[in-house]
Amino acid sequence: MQIIVCIKQVPDTTEVKIDPKTNTLVREGVPSIINPFDMYAIEEGLRLREKVGGKVTVLSMGPLQVVDSLKEAISMGVDSAVLLSDRAFAGADTLATSYTLSVGIRKIGQFDLIICGKQAIDGDTAQVGPGIAELLDIPQVAFVKKIEEITEKSARVQRMTEEGYEVIETPLPALFTVVKEINEPRLPSLKGKIRAKNYQPQIWASKDLEVETKRIGLDGSPTQVIKVFTPPPKMGGEILKGETTEIVEKVASALRERQIV
Amino acid sequence: MSDIEIIQEKCVGCELCVLACPFAAITIVENLAIIDYDRCTLCGACVSSCNFEAIVLRKEKKEEISPETYKGVWVFAEQKKGKIQSVTYELLGEGKKLADTLQVELSAILLGYQMEQEAQNLIKRGADKVYLVDSPFLKDYLDEPYAVIVTDLIQGYKPEIFLCGATVIGRSLIPKVAVKLKTGLTADCTGLAIEEERRLLLQTRPAFGGNIMATIICSNHRPQMATVRHKVMKEAPLNPEHEGEIIRKEFSQTKFVSRTKLLDIVEEITSTVNLAEADIIVSGGRGLKAPENFKLIEELAKVLKGAVGASRAAVDAGWIPYSHQVGQTGKTVCPKLYIACGISGAIQHLVGMQSSECIVAINKDQNAPIFKVATFGIVGDLFEVVPALTKKFSELLK
Ligand SMILES: Cc1cc2nc3c(=O)[nH]c(=O)nc-3n(C[C@H](O)[C@H](O)[C@H](O)COP(=O)(O)OP(=O)(O)OC[C@H]3O[C@@H](n4cnc5c(N)ncnc54)[C@H](O)[C@@H]3O)c2cc1C
Ligand SMILES: Nc1ncnc2c1ncn2[C@@H]1O[C@H](COP(=O)(O)O)[C@@H](O)[C@H]1O
Repeated sequence: MQIIVCIKQVPDTTEVKIDPKTNTLVREGVPSIINPFDMYAIEEGLRLREKVGGKVTVLSMGPLQVVDSLKEAISMGVDSAVLLSDRAFAGADTLATSYTLSVGIRKIGQFDLIICGKQAIDGDTAQVGPGIAELLDIPQVAFVKKIEEITEKSARVQRMTEEGYEVIETPLPALFTVVKEINEPRLPSLKGKIRAKNYQPQIWASKDLEVETKRIGLDGSPTQVIKVFTPPPKMGGEILKGETTEIVEKVASALRERQIV
Repeated sequence: MSDIEIIQEKCVGCELCVLACPFAAITIVENLAIIDYDRCTLCGACVSSCNFEAIVLRKEKKEEISPETYKGVWVFAEQKKGKIQSVTYELLGEGKKLADTLQVELSAILLGYQMEQEAQNLIKRGADKVYLVDSPFLKDYLDEPYAVIVTDLIQGYKPEIFLCGATVIGRSLIPKVAVKLKTGLTADCTGLAIEEERRLLLQTRPAFGGNIMATIICSNHRPQMATVRHKVMKEAPLNPEHEGEIIRKEFSQTKFVSRTKLLDIVEEITSTVNLAEADIIVSGGRGLKAPENFKLIEELAKVLKGAVGASRAAVDAGWIPYSHQVGQTGKTVCPKLYIACGISGAIQHLVGMQSSECIVAINKDQNAPIFKVATFGIVGDLFEVVPALTKKFSELLK
């Protein structure tokens, strides 16, 4: 089974701080990591390979520093890695990103399954996976929490919903986006780390791909960010200390007054 | 190709752009701004921050569509098991404001089976028109036929704005539709407004795990599409007098084809109500110390007829299933009342609950970050406070 996992390098948003003086984002020293949801995607790819055989390729679009993340994927046991990197890809929104990745996937060629994370923690859009599926004209299942059964031709999976889950059957090739519940990502192995050290991913620029230049980067992006701001710091409300009975009395009547309970 | 450049003669090294850049892509070297092109995403935030017109963002001229041929505000009416989901009424409430500003009609599109009655309910909630596609093939949500039909209707009627809930269904469906239409889509918006001059939808949403907010537009493509976070907008009020029209649309069998097959729908959240829908949520964190103490949370939730939530720490410890997790990697909730017990308030937790209407936090550490977002912060031992609250409310609500 040929599996392609799309991974994005993102700033570790847990390390992002707001400068209290300027009220802007401090990104100095914020480490870049593989999007946490994509770690589940990698792990699921590896588990499927262990089960049914085949090959796992990771694919990413981004600046050259993404090579570090691709090497990390290699150290976890992924077979090969491809990076789509070009100034012309910069400024891509989800439409242009989905398009560029879908062209990259076509160039990789054969695939039975594409796995994406549920969403990327920097943009939180969850749009790129379904976008790729649409552009490749393959079926998709978003928010997969379990692969119940898989063969060369089809898969039966559980898709997370607000109330529980749905069981969905799909022919392959298909695209899944996966949620945290699906597995627990492994740590890199020593062997993997050694391989990663000397591994050089394929790097494709715009000229290496059959892309329509109008559809990539900023030019291929219908949406445009016009303003970025830090949300006004939430007003801390009332702090209550002291006698439990008094506090409880106070909170209960305040909630009553506001007709919340 | 579009590109960005600093005009060296104009740059004074004032650092305004450095502060404005959300991607830390600009540094000042010897009194000149330098852009790190690996980090720059051409978002343009710096351009508007510069008082010296020293930054130019050159954009390739885009193909112009004629926005004036697109008119009206549409919302996607999400139904499950034949019932309109409440997020739809929120979309109608917000859509109405936008439609009034633009002086256009508000329409809903509804796909399902035997939905006539529910279509009437959409009208009572303010829809001027309901486009109804009624077929046994559309009874339950399926990506492919839904995407094909929604796209067809949009191409036929050309609304200028299209809104959908940022739910599991919405976030599976709308990205496909947007790609088919080659238009822009903004995910998970928490604020919408109109710039009247150009009739543009200003779409505001959190990014970077809620650390920043971004306002996004889609100027050259139509419709302008957005998914909207559940429980942020106000529901449209019920008005039995409001009149509207139901327009039934027929489609040929070929449009109903789906490669995926829905085999089963399983409902899991048993003990309490669905977290995303709950008006009251009581959540527990590591401060509970042991799994059996979740009982305290459940008891309070039960008295308040609320749902039980949890921090990731509690989930990771195996005290409660993942489906209860609130936060960045769990669910985003926006209840009327959120009671956080023994939760420190890490940013990943806060992004999932900070838009709740009222937040009560119980924590024994008065410096816990949860108090920064709490409407009522109770500094105290949860093992005392929570049972006392349960007792108090069970008396009050008897
Ligand atoms: C990529 C990523 C994604 C994440 N996603 C999420 C997410 O979706 N949701 C989430 O919740 N977290 C998430 N986290 C984890 C998050 O960073 C925190 O680790 C987690 O929220 C902490 O949970 P907690 O508040 O229960 O535990 P702690 O931080 O350990 O806090 C426990 C609190 O209980 C208080 N306490 C202890 N005893 C008592 C007592 N007797 N009475 C009153 N108070 C008491 C303590 O003062 C303390 O403040 C994520 C982290 C990462 C890196
Ligand atoms: N630049 C990228 N390169 C590779 N994969 C990506 C990229 N952007 C998004 N993805 C994939 O799409 C998923 C959803 O991303 P998003 O739509 O940005 O939330 C991610 O979890 C990745 O699997």
